[in-house]
Amino acid sequence: MTQTTRRALLGAAPALIAAPALAQNQGQARLVVVGGGFGGASAARFARMSYPWLEVTLIEPKTRFVTCPYGNLVLAGTRRLEQISHGYDGLRARGINVVHDWVAGIDPTARSLRLRGGATLSYDRLILSPGIALRWDALPGYDEAASEIFPHAWVPGEGAQTTLLRRQIEALPEGGVVGLAIPANPFRCPPGPYERISMIAAHLKRHNPRAKILAFDAKNAFSKQGLFQDAWAELYPGMIEWVPANQDGRITRVDPGAREFESEFGTRHKVDVGNVIPPQSAARIAIEAGLANASGWVPVDPLTFEARQAPGIHVIGDANIAPPMPKSGYVANSTAKQAVASVAALLRGEAPPPAPVYFNTCYSHVGEDYGISIVGVFRPNPDGSGFVETPQSGGVSPRGNHPEQRRLEALYADAWYASITRDMFG
Amino acid sequence: MPSPRRLTLALPLLLAGPAFAQPATNGPLLAQACLGCHGPGAAGQDGVPAIAGRPAPELVAQMTAFRANERPGTIMGRIARGYTAEEITAVAAYLAQAR
Repeated sequence: MTQTTRRALLGAAPALIAAPALAQNQGQARLVVVGGGFGGASAARFARMSYPWLEVTLIEPKTRFVTCPYGNLVLAGTRRLEQISHGYDGLRARGINVVHDWVAGIDPTARSLRLRGGATLSYDRLILSPGIALRWDALPGYDEAASEIFPHAWVPGEGAQTTLLRRQIEALPEGGVVGLAIPANPFRCPPGPYERISMIAAHLKRHNPRAKILAFDAKNAFSKQGLFQDAWAELYPGMIEWVPANQDGRITRVDPGAREFESEFGTRHKVDVGNVIPPQSAARIAIEAGLANASGWVPVDPLTFEARQAPGIHVIGDANIAPPMPKSGYVANSTAKQAVASVAALLRGEAPPPAPVYFNTCYSHVGEDYGISIVGVFRPNPDGSGFVETPQSGGVSPRGNHPEQRRLEALYADAWYASITRDMFG
Repeated sequence: MPSPRRLTLALPLLLAGPAFAQPATNGPLLAQACLGCHGPGAAGQDGVPAIAGRPAPELVAQMTAFRANERPGTIMGRIARGYTAEEITAVAAYLAQAR
Protein backbone atom coordinates (compact mmCIF):
# COMPACT_ATOMS: atom_id res chain seq x y z
CA MET A 1 0.00 0.00 0.00
CA THR A 2 1.34 3.45 -0.82
CA GLN A 3 1.82 6.31 1.63
CA THR A 4 -0.95 8.23 -0.09
CA THR A 5 -3.59 5.57 0.38
CA ARG A 6 -2.40 4.94 3.91
CA ARG A 7 -2.93 8.62 4.78
CA ALA A 8 -6.25 8.60 2.98
CA LEU A 9 -7.36 5.61 5.01
CA LEU A 10 -6.38 7.24 8.28
CA GLY A 11 -8.10 10.44 7.29
CA ALA A 12 -11.24 8.71 6.16
CA ALA A 13 -11.68 6.40 9.08
CA PRO A 14 -10.49 7.83 12.41
CA ALA A 15 -12.11 4.98 14.28
CA LEU A 16 -9.62 2.60 12.72
CA ILE A 17 -6.66 4.22 14.44
CA ALA A 18 -7.59 2.84 17.82
CA ALA A 19 -7.55 -0.76 16.65
CA PRO A 20 -4.55 -2.70 17.94
CA ALA A 21 -3.69 -4.56 14.75
CA LEU A 22 -3.98 -1.40 12.72
CA ALA A 23 -1.89 0.67 15.08
CA GLN A 24 0.91 -1.85 14.74
CA ASN A 25 0.72 -1.68 11.00
CA GLN A 26 0.45 2.06 10.62
CA GLY A 27 -3.10 2.08 9.31
CA GLN A 28 -2.96 -0.87 6.98
CA ALA A 29 -5.43 -3.69 7.37
CA ARG A 30 -4.44 -6.55 5.18
CA LEU A 31 -6.75 -9.49 4.68
CA VAL A 32 -5.33 -12.39 2.73
CA VAL A 33 -7.76 -15.04 1.51
CA VAL A 34 -6.36 -18.38 0.32
CA GLY A 35 -8.52 -20.37 -2.06
CA GLY A 36 -10.80 -18.90 -4.71
CA GLY A 37 -13.81 -21.22 -4.51
CA PHE A 38 -17.23 -20.91 -2.88
CA GLY A 39 -15.77 -19.83 0.48
CA GLY A 40 -12.76 -17.81 -0.62
CA ALA A 41 -14.20 -15.94 -3.59
CA SER A 42 -17.31 -15.07 -1.54
CA ALA A 43 -15.12 -13.89 1.35
CA ALA A 44 -12.86 -11.72 -0.82
CA ARG A 45 -15.78 -10.11 -2.64
CA PHE A 46 -17.82 -9.51 0.52
CA ALA A 47 -14.79 -8.06 2.33
CA ARG A 48 -14.02 -5.69 -0.50
CA MET A 49 -17.63 -4.51 -0.86
CA SER A 50 -18.55 -4.21 2.83
CA TYR A 51 -15.27 -3.05 4.36
CA PRO A 52 -13.54 -0.83 1.79
CA TRP A 53 -10.77 -0.04 4.28
CA LEU A 54 -9.54 -3.64 4.03
CA GLU A 55 -6.80 -4.38 1.56
CA VAL A 56 -7.84 -7.75 0.13
CA THR A 57 -5.55 -10.26 -1.56
CA LEU A 58 -6.92 -13.52 -2.94
CA ILE A 59 -4.46 -16.35 -3.62
CA GLU A 60 -5.68 -19.08 -5.96
CA PRO A 61 -3.51 -21.29 -8.16
CA LYS A 62 -5.98 -21.66 -11.02
CA THR A 63 -7.01 -18.87 -13.38
CA ARG A 64 -10.41 -20.52 -13.95
CA PHE A 65 -12.57 -22.06 -11.24
CA VAL A 66 -14.70 -25.02 -12.28
CA THR A 67 -17.60 -25.47 -9.84
CA CYS A 68 -18.48 -28.84 -8.31
CA PRO A 69 -22.17 -27.87 -8.43
CA TYR A 70 -23.54 -28.51 -11.91
CA GLY A 71 -20.60 -30.81 -12.72
CA ASN A 72 -23.13 -33.65 -12.74
CA LEU A 73 -25.04 -31.84 -15.49
CA VAL A 74 -21.87 -31.86 -17.55
CA LEU A 75 -21.85 -35.65 -17.10
CA ALA A 76 -25.47 -35.73 -18.30
CA GLY A 77 -24.52 -33.65 -21.34
CA THR A 78 -26.93 -30.83 -20.48
CA ARG A 79 -24.15 -28.34 -19.56
CA ARG A 80 -20.75 -27.74 -21.04
CA LEU A 81 -17.64 -27.34 -18.90
CA GLU A 82 -17.25 -23.71 -20.05
CA GLN A 83 -20.67 -22.95 -18.57
CA ILE A 84 -19.51 -23.93 -15.08
CA SER A 85 -16.07 -22.26 -15.31
CA HIS A 86 -15.49 -18.82 -13.84
CA GLY A 87 -12.59 -16.34 -14.04
CA TYR A 88 -11.41 -13.73 -11.55
CA ASP A 89 -11.66 -10.54 -13.65
CA GLY A 90 -14.81 -9.45 -11.79
CA LEU A 91 -12.99 -9.63 -8.46
CA ARG A 92 -9.97 -7.78 -9.89
CA ALA A 93 -12.31 -5.06 -11.17
CA ARG A 94 -13.56 -4.63 -7.60
CA GLY A 95 -10.02 -3.90 -6.42
CA ILE A 96 -9.08 -7.32 -5.08
CA ASN A 97 -5.46 -8.25 -5.61
CA VAL A 98 -5.80 -11.71 -7.22
CA VAL A 99 -2.56 -13.72 -7.18
CA HIS A 100 -2.41 -17.01 -9.08
CA ASP A 101 0.10 -19.01 -7.08
CA TRP A 102 0.34 -21.82 -4.51
CA VAL A 103 1.01 -21.18 -0.85
CA ALA A 104 4.24 -22.92 0.13
CA GLY A 105 4.00 -22.25 3.86
CA ILE A 106 2.28 -20.22 6.55
CA ASP A 107 4.03 -18.58 9.52
CA PRO A 108 1.24 -17.76 12.02
CA THR A 109 3.65 -16.07 14.44
CA ALA A 110 5.06 -13.66 11.87
CA ARG A 111 1.63 -13.51 10.22
CA SER A 112 3.06 -14.11 6.79
CA LEU A 113 2.93 -16.70 4.07
CA ARG A 114 5.34 -17.79 1.40
CA LEU A 115 4.28 -18.40 -2.17
CA ARG A 116 5.82 -21.05 -4.41
CA GLY A 117 6.67 -18.22 -6.80
CA GLY A 118 9.04 -16.88 -4.11
CA ALA A 119 7.10 -13.90 -2.75
CA THR A 120 6.32 -13.45 0.95
CA LEU A 121 3.03 -11.84 1.91
CA SER A 122 2.22 -10.34 5.31
CA TYR A 123 -1.31 -10.25 6.66
CA ASP A 124 -3.21 -8.93 9.65
CA ARG A 125 -5.86 -11.63 9.28
CA LEU A 126 -5.85 -14.75 7.13
CA ILE A 127 -8.89 -16.59 5.80
CA LEU A 128 -8.19 -20.09 4.51
CA SER A 129 -10.77 -21.67 2.26
CA PRO A 130 -8.62 -24.42 0.82
CA GLY A 131 -11.24 -27.08 0.11
CA ILE A 132 -10.56 -30.78 0.31
CA ALA A 133 -7.87 -33.29 -0.54
CA LEU A 134 -8.62 -36.78 -1.81
CA ARG A 135 -6.98 -39.34 0.47
CA TRP A 136 -4.96 -41.40 -1.96
CA ASP A 137 -3.87 -43.74 0.84
CA ALA A 138 -7.37 -44.54 2.10
CA LEU A 139 -8.73 -47.01 -0.45
CA PRO A 140 -6.37 -49.83 -1.51
CA GLY A 141 -5.81 -49.78 -5.26
CA TYR A 142 -6.95 -46.20 -5.66
CA ASP A 143 -4.16 -43.69 -6.24
CA GLU A 144 -3.71 -40.78 -8.61
CA ALA A 145 -2.78 -43.11 -11.49
CA ALA A 146 -5.89 -45.22 -10.87
CA SER A 147 -8.03 -42.10 -11.22
CA GLU A 148 -7.08 -42.00 -14.91
CA ILE A 149 -9.04 -45.27 -15.32
CA PHE A 150 -11.59 -44.90 -12.53
CA PRO A 151 -12.13 -41.12 -12.43
CA HIS A 152 -13.25 -39.48 -9.18
CA ALA A 153 -14.51 -36.32 -10.87
CA TRP A 154 -14.98 -34.97 -7.35
CA VAL A 155 -12.32 -32.26 -7.26
CA PRO A 156 -12.85 -30.62 -10.62
CA GLY A 157 -9.43 -28.93 -10.97
CA GLU A 158 -9.45 -27.70 -14.52
CA GLY A 159 -12.14 -30.13 -15.56
CA ALA A 160 -10.10 -33.06 -16.89
CA GLN A 161 -11.65 -35.59 -14.48
CA THR A 162 -15.21 -34.54 -15.31
CA THR A 163 -14.44 -34.66 -19.04
CA LEU A 164 -12.88 -38.12 -18.67
CA LEU A 165 -15.89 -39.54 -16.84
CA ARG A 166 -18.25 -37.94 -19.38
CA ARG A 167 -16.34 -39.60 -22.25
CA GLN A 168 -16.37 -42.97 -20.52
CA ILE A 169 -20.13 -42.78 -19.99
CA GLU A 170 -20.63 -41.83 -23.64
CA ALA A 171 -18.47 -44.78 -24.70
CA LEU A 172 -20.17 -47.28 -22.36
CA PRO A 173 -20.92 -50.53 -24.25
CA GLU A 174 -24.58 -51.14 -24.89
CA GLY A 175 -26.14 -52.59 -21.74
CA GLY A 176 -22.91 -51.95 -19.81
CA VAL A 177 -22.45 -51.30 -16.10
CA VAL A 178 -21.48 -48.01 -14.48
CA GLY A 179 -20.21 -48.59 -10.93
CA LEU A 180 -19.92 -45.92 -8.28
CA ALA A 181 -18.02 -46.21 -4.99
CA ILE A 182 -19.39 -43.72 -2.47
CA PRO A 183 -17.57 -42.88 0.78
CA ALA A 184 -18.65 -42.68 4.40
CA ASN A 185 -19.38 -39.32 6.03
CA PRO A 186 -18.03 -36.68 6.17
CA PHE A 187 -17.33 -35.79 2.56
CA ARG A 188 -17.88 -32.86 0.20
CA CYS A 189 -21.46 -32.38 -1.03
CA PRO A 190 -23.56 -35.07 0.70
CA PRO A 191 -26.27 -35.25 -2.02
CA GLY A 192 -23.69 -35.05 -4.83
CA PRO A 193 -23.19 -38.78 -5.49
CA TYR A 194 -26.95 -39.31 -5.76
CA GLU A 195 -27.47 -36.37 -8.09
CA ARG A 196 -24.63 -37.90 -10.12
CA ILE A 197 -26.38 -41.28 -10.25
CA SER A 198 -29.51 -39.47 -11.44
CA MET A 199 -27.75 -37.46 -14.12
CA ILE A 200 -25.84 -40.49 -15.46
CA ALA A 201 -29.19 -42.32 -15.56
CA ALA A 202 -30.76 -39.42 -17.48
CA HIS A 203 -28.05 -39.75 -20.11
CA LEU A 204 -28.29 -43.55 -20.28
CA LYS A 205 -32.08 -43.50 -20.52
CA ARG A 206 -31.75 -41.58 -23.79
CA HIS A 207 -28.66 -43.22 -25.24
CA ASN A 208 -28.14 -46.63 -23.63
CA PRO A 209 -31.41 -47.66 -21.99
CA ARG A 210 -30.36 -51.25 -21.17
CA ALA A 211 -27.32 -50.03 -19.19
CA LYS A 212 -27.17 -50.43 -15.41
CA ILE A 213 -25.87 -48.28 -12.57
CA LEU A 214 -24.50 -50.07 -9.50
CA ALA A 215 -23.96 -47.63 -6.64
CA PHE A 216 -21.93 -49.09 -3.76
CA ASP A 217 -22.17 -47.06 -0.59
CA ALA A 218 -20.17 -47.07 2.63
CA LYS A 219 -23.32 -45.73 4.36
CA ASN A 220 -26.79 -47.10 5.10
CA ALA A 221 -28.59 -43.81 4.48
CA PHE A 222 -27.99 -40.66 2.47
CA SER A 223 -29.14 -37.09 1.93
CA LYS A 224 -32.63 -36.67 0.40
CA GLN A 225 -32.77 -40.48 0.17
CA GLY A 226 -36.55 -40.91 -0.07
CA LEU A 227 -36.84 -38.24 -2.74
CA PHE A 228 -33.98 -39.66 -4.81
CA GLN A 229 -35.26 -43.22 -4.60
CA ASP A 230 -38.83 -42.14 -5.48
CA ALA A 231 -37.49 -40.33 -8.53
CA TRP A 232 -35.29 -43.26 -9.59
CA ALA A 233 -38.26 -45.63 -9.47
CA GLU A 234 -40.39 -43.18 -11.42
CA LEU A 235 -37.90 -41.95 -14.03
CA TYR A 236 -35.39 -44.80 -14.39
CA PRO A 237 -37.18 -48.02 -13.41
CA GLY A 238 -34.84 -51.02 -13.19
CA MET A 239 -31.73 -49.05 -14.09
CA ILE A 240 -30.27 -48.13 -10.68
CA GLU A 241 -29.26 -50.46 -7.88
CA TRP A 242 -28.09 -48.77 -4.67
CA VAL A 243 -26.19 -51.11 -2.36
CA PRO A 244 -25.92 -49.88 1.25
CA ALA A 245 -23.12 -50.79 3.65
CA ASN A 246 -25.25 -53.36 5.47
CA GLN A 247 -25.74 -55.22 2.17
CA ASP A 248 -21.99 -55.35 1.49
CA GLY A 249 -21.93 -51.96 -0.23
CA ARG A 250 -18.69 -50.72 1.28
CA ILE A 251 -15.93 -50.87 -1.34
CA THR A 252 -12.61 -51.76 0.32
CA ARG A 253 -10.33 -52.25 -2.71
CA VAL A 254 -10.39 -51.36 -6.38
CA ASP A 255 -8.54 -52.94 -9.30
CA PRO A 256 -8.55 -50.52 -12.21
CA GLY A 257 -6.62 -52.95 -14.46
CA ALA A 258 -9.29 -55.65 -14.07
CA ARG A 259 -12.04 -53.02 -13.85
CA GLU A 260 -13.24 -54.46 -10.58
CA PHE A 261 -14.49 -53.13 -7.25
CA GLU A 262 -14.11 -55.37 -4.21
CA SER A 263 -16.56 -54.99 -1.33
CA GLU A 264 -16.07 -55.61 2.38
CA PHE A 265 -17.02 -59.31 2.37
CA GLY A 266 -14.69 -60.03 -0.57
CA THR A 267 -17.19 -59.95 -3.43
CA ARG A 268 -15.74 -58.68 -6.71
CA HIS A 269 -17.90 -56.54 -8.94
CA LYS A 270 -17.07 -56.11 -12.63
CA VAL A 271 -17.79 -52.62 -13.98
CA ASP A 272 -17.36 -51.12 -17.44
CA VAL A 273 -17.06 -47.59 -16.08
CA GLY A 274 -15.98 -46.97 -12.49
CA ASN A 275 -16.48 -43.69 -10.66
CA VAL A 276 -14.62 -43.85 -7.37
CA ILE A 277 -15.32 -41.06 -4.89
CA PRO A 278 -12.59 -41.68 -2.31
CA PRO A 279 -12.46 -40.67 1.37
CA GLN A 280 -11.40 -37.07 1.87
CA SER A 281 -9.72 -34.68 4.28
CA ALA A 282 -9.07 -30.96 4.54
CA ALA A 283 -6.72 -29.73 1.80
CA ARG A 284 -3.01 -30.27 2.37
CA ILE A 285 -2.22 -26.66 3.25
CA ALA A 286 -4.50 -26.85 6.31
CA ILE A 287 -2.90 -30.09 7.48
CA GLU A 288 0.67 -28.90 6.87
CA ALA A 289 -0.08 -25.72 8.83
CA GLY A 290 -1.07 -27.92 11.78
CA LEU A 291 -4.68 -26.73 11.78
CA ALA A 292 -6.38 -30.14 11.41
CA ASN A 293 -6.96 -32.66 14.17
CA ALA A 294 -6.60 -36.44 13.92
CA SER A 295 -9.75 -36.63 11.80
CA GLY A 296 -8.01 -34.70 9.00
CA TRP A 297 -10.42 -31.76 9.27
CA VAL A 298 -10.05 -28.38 10.99
CA PRO A 299 -11.82 -27.58 14.30
CA VAL A 300 -13.06 -23.98 14.30
CA ASP A 301 -14.76 -21.45 16.54
CA PRO A 302 -18.42 -21.39 15.46
CA LEU A 303 -18.65 -17.59 15.74
CA THR A 304 -15.46 -16.39 14.02
CA PHE A 305 -14.28 -19.55 12.19
CA GLU A 306 -10.82 -19.10 13.69
CA ALA A 307 -8.98 -22.39 13.76
CA ARG A 308 -8.86 -23.75 17.33
CA GLN A 309 -5.15 -24.42 16.75
CA ALA A 310 -4.35 -20.92 15.45
CA PRO A 311 -6.53 -17.95 16.36
CA GLY A 312 -6.00 -15.31 13.69
CA ILE A 313 -6.42 -17.88 10.91
CA HIS A 314 -10.05 -18.31 9.92
CA VAL A 315 -10.88 -21.58 8.15
CA ILE A 316 -14.09 -21.71 6.12
CA GLY A 317 -15.64 -24.06 3.60
CA ASP A 318 -15.36 -27.81 3.26
CA ALA A 319 -12.05 -28.01 5.18
CA ASN A 320 -13.54 -27.25 8.59
CA ILE A 321 -15.51 -29.34 11.08
CA ALA A 322 -19.03 -27.94 11.29
CA PRO A 323 -21.65 -30.65 11.66
CA PRO A 324 -24.60 -30.68 11.37
CA MET A 325 -23.87 -28.20 8.58
CA PRO A 326 -23.07 -30.00 5.31
CA LYS A 327 -19.89 -29.44 3.33
CA SER A 328 -21.67 -27.40 0.69
CA GLY A 329 -21.04 -24.36 -1.47
CA TYR A 330 -23.87 -22.41 0.11
CA VAL A 331 -22.57 -23.04 3.64
CA ALA A 332 -19.12 -21.91 2.48
CA ASN A 333 -20.66 -18.71 1.05
CA SER A 334 -22.80 -18.06 4.13
CA THR A 335 -20.06 -18.70 6.70
CA ALA A 336 -17.56 -16.68 4.62
CA LYS A 337 -19.56 -13.56 5.35
CA GLN A 338 -19.61 -14.08 9.12
CA ALA A 339 -15.88 -14.86 9.02
CA VAL A 340 -15.22 -11.61 7.13
CA ALA A 341 -17.44 -9.59 9.49
CA SER A 342 -15.52 -11.14 12.41
CA VAL A 343 -12.19 -10.27 10.77
CA ALA A 344 -13.32 -6.66 10.33
CA ALA A 345 -14.57 -6.39 13.92
CA LEU A 346 -11.46 -7.97 15.43
CA LEU A 347 -9.19 -5.69 13.39
CA ARG A 348 -11.07 -2.72 14.85
CA GLY A 349 -10.70 -4.11 18.34
CA GLU A 350 -14.41 -4.92 18.54
CA ALA A 351 -16.30 -8.09 19.39
CA PRO A 352 -17.28 -10.33 16.45
CA PRO A 353 -20.92 -9.95 15.32
CA PRO A 354 -23.08 -11.91 17.78
CA ALA A 355 -25.92 -14.34 17.05
CA PRO A 356 -25.12 -15.27 13.44
CA VAL A 357 -27.39 -17.50 11.40
CA TYR A 358 -25.80 -19.80 8.82
CA PHE A 359 -27.78 -20.87 5.84
CA ASN A 360 -27.83 -23.70 3.36
CA THR A 361 -29.94 -24.56 0.35
CA CYS A 362 -28.84 -27.42 -1.91
CA TYR A 363 -30.79 -28.29 -5.00
CA SER A 364 -30.28 -31.54 -6.87
CA HIS A 365 -31.38 -32.27 -10.41
CA VAL A 366 -32.73 -35.79 -10.70
CA GLY A 367 -34.24 -35.62 -14.20
CA GLU A 368 -35.35 -33.22 -16.87
CA ASP A 369 -37.40 -30.43 -15.22
CA TYR A 370 -37.25 -32.41 -11.97
CA GLY A 371 -35.48 -30.79 -9.00
CA ILE A 372 -35.42 -31.48 -5.24
CA SER A 373 -33.88 -29.56 -2.38
CA ILE A 374 -32.70 -29.53 1.20
CA VAL A 375 -32.68 -26.43 3.39
CA GLY A 376 -30.84 -25.90 6.67
CA VAL A 377 -30.72 -22.94 9.07
CA PHE A 378 -27.94 -23.21 11.64
CA ARG A 379 -26.46 -21.29 14.58
CA PRO A 380 -23.54 -21.60 16.96
CA ASN A 381 -24.70 -23.69 19.91
CA PRO A 382 -25.04 -21.92 23.27
CA ASP A 383 -21.74 -23.16 24.73
CA GLY A 384 -19.77 -22.24 21.61
CA SER A 385 -18.55 -25.79 21.06
CA GLY A 386 -20.12 -26.24 17.64
CA PHE A 387 -23.23 -25.72 15.57
CA VAL A 388 -26.88 -26.63 15.89
CA GLU A 389 -29.70 -26.79 13.37
CA THR A 390 -32.65 -24.54 14.18
CA PRO A 391 -35.49 -26.81 15.40
CA GLN A 392 -38.71 -27.10 13.36
CA SER A 393 -37.05 -25.59 10.28
CA GLY A 394 -35.37 -26.65 7.08
CA GLY A 395 -35.60 -30.14 5.67
CA VAL A 396 -36.26 -31.62 2.26
CA SER A 397 -38.91 -31.14 -0.44
CA PRO A 398 -42.18 -32.98 0.23
CA ARG A 399 -42.42 -36.56 -1.03
CA GLY A 400 -45.36 -37.66 -3.13
CA ASN A 401 -46.93 -36.39 -6.31
CA HIS A 402 -45.88 -32.73 -6.62
CA PRO A 403 -45.08 -32.19 -10.31
CA GLU A 404 -45.26 -28.40 -10.18
CA GLN A 405 -42.91 -28.27 -7.19
CA ARG A 406 -40.40 -30.52 -9.02
CA ARG A 407 -40.51 -28.34 -12.13
CA LEU A 408 -40.16 -25.13 -10.13
CA GLU A 409 -37.29 -26.49 -8.07
CA ALA A 410 -35.40 -27.42 -11.24
CA LEU A 411 -35.92 -23.84 -12.42
CA TYR A 412 -34.92 -22.36 -9.06
CA ALA A 413 -31.85 -24.60 -8.99
CA ASP A 414 -30.65 -22.89 -12.18
CA ALA A 415 -31.40 -19.49 -10.63
CA TRP A 416 -29.48 -20.53 -7.51
CA TYR A 417 -26.45 -21.41 -9.63
CA ALA A 418 -26.51 -18.11 -11.50
CA SER A 419 -27.12 -16.15 -8.33
CA ILE A 420 -24.50 -17.67 -6.06
CA THR A 421 -21.78 -17.63 -8.71
CA ARG A 422 -22.50 -13.91 -9.22
CA ASP A 423 -22.22 -13.50 -5.42
CA MET A 424 -18.75 -15.09 -5.72
CA PHE A 425 -17.31 -13.69 -8.93
CA GLY A 426 -19.52 -10.77 -10.02
CA MET B 1 -42.09 9.37 7.71
CA PRO B 2 -44.68 7.13 6.06
CA SER B 3 -47.86 8.81 4.91
CA PRO B 4 -50.94 8.27 7.14
CA ARG B 5 -52.48 6.22 4.34
CA ARG B 6 -49.54 3.81 4.25
CA LEU B 7 -49.56 3.54 7.99
CA THR B 8 -53.20 2.51 7.92
CA LEU B 9 -52.45 -0.16 5.36
CA ALA B 10 -49.48 -1.42 7.29
CA LEU B 11 -51.06 -1.46 10.71
CA PRO B 12 -53.12 -4.63 10.44
CA LEU B 13 -49.96 -6.48 9.41
CA LEU B 14 -48.04 -5.04 12.32
CA LEU B 15 -50.76 -6.04 14.72
CA ALA B 16 -50.34 -9.61 13.58
CA GLY B 17 -47.32 -9.81 15.82
CA PRO B 18 -43.81 -10.13 14.52
CA ALA B 19 -43.35 -6.53 13.43
CA PHE B 20 -43.83 -5.47 17.03
CA ALA B 21 -40.74 -7.44 17.93
CA GLN B 22 -37.56 -5.50 18.51
CA PRO B 23 -35.54 -5.97 15.34
CA ALA B 24 -32.28 -7.85 15.70
CA THR B 25 -29.30 -5.61 15.00
CA ASN B 26 -27.65 -7.84 12.44
CA GLY B 27 -30.14 -7.41 9.58
CA PRO B 28 -27.50 -6.71 6.91
CA LEU B 29 -25.55 -9.87 7.74
CA LEU B 30 -28.68 -12.02 8.08
CA ALA B 31 -29.97 -10.74 4.73
CA GLN B 32 -26.78 -11.98 3.05
CA ALA B 33 -28.32 -15.45 3.18
CA CYS B 34 -31.00 -14.36 0.69
CA LEU B 35 -28.52 -13.40 -2.02
CA GLY B 36 -27.48 -16.91 -3.00
CA CYS B 37 -30.87 -17.38 -4.70
CA HIS B 38 -32.47 -13.92 -4.95
CA GLY B 39 -29.43 -12.50 -6.73
CA PRO B 40 -26.85 -9.82 -5.92
CA GLY B 41 -28.55 -6.96 -4.14
CA ALA B 42 -31.58 -9.26 -3.72
CA ALA B 43 -32.68 -7.79 -7.06
CA GLY B 44 -34.04 -11.10 -8.37
CA GLN B 45 -32.51 -13.86 -10.49
CA ASP B 46 -34.36 -15.58 -13.31
CA GLY B 47 -37.54 -17.07 -11.79
CA VAL B 48 -36.62 -16.06 -8.23
CA PRO B 49 -38.26 -12.71 -7.42
CA ALA B 50 -36.63 -9.43 -6.36
CA ILE B 51 -37.09 -8.79 -2.65
CA ALA B 52 -35.01 -5.62 -2.27
CA GLY B 53 -36.96 -2.37 -2.09
CA ARG B 54 -40.23 -4.03 -1.06
CA PRO B 55 -42.02 -2.43 1.92
CA ALA B 56 -40.83 -3.99 5.17
CA PRO B 57 -44.35 -4.79 6.43
CA GLU B 58 -45.08 -6.67 3.21
CA LEU B 59 -41.90 -8.75 3.58
CA VAL B 60 -42.69 -9.44 7.23
CA ALA B 61 -46.24 -10.47 6.35
CA GLN B 62 -45.02 -12.81 3.61
CA MET B 63 -42.32 -14.41 5.74
CA THR B 64 -44.78 -14.79 8.62
CA ALA B 65 -47.26 -16.47 6.30
CA PHE B 66 -44.55 -18.80 4.95
CA ARG B 67 -43.63 -19.65 8.52
CA ALA B 68 -47.24 -20.52 9.38
CA ASN B 69 -47.70 -22.62 6.22
CA GLU B 70 -50.34 -20.13 5.05
CA ARG B 71 -48.58 -19.16 1.85
CA PRO B 72 -47.74 -21.76 -0.81
CA GLY B 73 -44.11 -22.01 -1.80
CA THR B 74 -41.43 -24.49 -2.74
CA ILE B 75 -38.75 -23.82 -0.11
CA MET B 76 -39.60 -20.53 1.63
CA GLY B 77 -41.68 -22.18 4.36
CA ARG B 78 -38.75 -24.40 5.32
CA ILE B 79 -36.50 -21.32 5.38
CA ALA B 80 -38.84 -18.94 7.21
CA ARG B 81 -39.33 -21.41 10.08
CA GLY B 82 -35.59 -21.11 10.79
CA TYR B 83 -35.76 -17.45 11.75
CA THR B 84 -37.18 -15.64 14.78
CA ALA B 85 -39.72 -12.83 14.44
CA GLU B 86 -36.96 -10.40 15.46
CA GLU B 87 -34.66 -11.68 12.73
CA ILE B 88 -37.38 -11.53 10.08
CA THR B 89 -38.13 -7.93 11.08
CA ALA B 90 -34.45 -7.01 10.84
CA VAL B 91 -34.00 -8.65 7.44
CA ALA B 92 -37.16 -6.97 6.14
CA ALA B 93 -36.04 -3.56 7.39
CA TYR B 94 -32.69 -3.99 5.66
CA LEU B 95 -34.13 -5.28 2.38
CA ALA B 96 -36.75 -2.52 2.30
CA GLN B 97 -34.09 0.17 2.17
CA ALA B 98 -31.72 -1.80 -0.09
CA ARG B 99 -31.89 -1.02 -3.79
